[in-house]
Amino acid sequence: MARATPEIPNASMADIAFLLLTFFLVTTTMPNNRGLSIALPPPPEATPPEDIKIQERNMFKIQINSSDALLIEGEPREDISTLKDEIKAFVLNNGRDPSSSDNPEKAIVSFKTDRGTSHKRFIQLLDIIQGAYYDIYAEQAGVTNEKFREAASDLSIPDNRAIYEKGRAGIPLNISIADPTKVGGN
Amino acid sequence: MSKFKKKTEVKQEIPTSSMPDVVFMLLFFFMVTTELRETSIEVKQQIPKATQLRKLMRKSLVANLYVGEPTKPQLYGKEPKIQADDVFIDTKDIVRWVNEQKAKLDEIERDQLTVALKVDEEAKRGLIADVELELRKANARKLLYTTLENPKDDN
Repeated sequence: MARATPEIPNASMADIAFLLLTFFLVTTTMPNNRGLSIALPPPPEATPPEDIKIQERNMFKIQINSSDALLIEGEPREDISTLKDEIKAFVLNNGRDPSSSDNPEKAIVSFKTDRGTSHKRFIQLLDIIQGAYYDIYAEQAGVTNEKFREAASDLSIPDNRAIYEKGRAGIPLNISIADPTKVGGN
Repeated sequence: MSKFKKKTEVKQEIPTSSMPDVVFMLLFFFMVTTELRETSIEVKQQIPKATQLRKLMRKSLVANLYVGEPTKPQLYGKEPKIQADDVFIDTKDIVRWVNEQKAKLDEIERDQLTVALKVDEEAKRGLIADVELELRKANARKLLYTTLENPKDDN
């Protein structure tokens, strides 16, 4: 008599696995911990309003109105493909062009929006401004832009901190995000 | 006649014996790369795209605020709202909310709290500026506008 071989039926294995898979697909999300990082200024009452004189040449003004139209250095603009290079040239001018910035420490990119500006447009411009600065930092540190941002994300590793400090030396991230104007929106 | 008959005997089945292995592989992939939903998001979340992203390393130091139009306009109206954890909050509640988040952390890490603003593309800058002002008052000054990666650099 042939002995009955003990077997677990595995025809339904695929169904069970699919069920589990579906459960995980429905109940979980892809984590997204990435984005544009900024530091907010101190609370308004902590800093007494003082008249800080900033020379016109040290300001790179970017304004957006409530219908998402741009005003750059007082000129209406639609094409923003060259904006990144303009900001880089402005920050690294070091007094060569008398109408541009004195040095990177004094150079300020002033970014002003309206209450009716959409978040999409705001992010688009902030991305360009930060991109210009990261490009400058990366070049000074001798790494690629991506590598620099990766290093800046985790400063607890000594190598990363070295890259970060080398890149940032002498060039503060002077992006001023002003309170929005109240023409459009609520 | 027999010539033709032979051809019809070709097997036409897809082998299914490796199906469980394939599905388990997919299952493990999703288990490893995703995380459980902690809140059910009640606002529209069409996140804008950017290229110059930075990553937040320590998830425990991140607090999320969601801003956008409610997904159920018949219940909550059409105006963009702020959602924290599982409830809608007003701008004036943000200071209290930040203090709650800070209380969850160790004392030494309280000033390292980062607020991740997950804002819908369509939301207006005015509301976000109000949120930022409250965050400044609450002294939570590290901010991250959550964005998706834009693969092509088309600025």
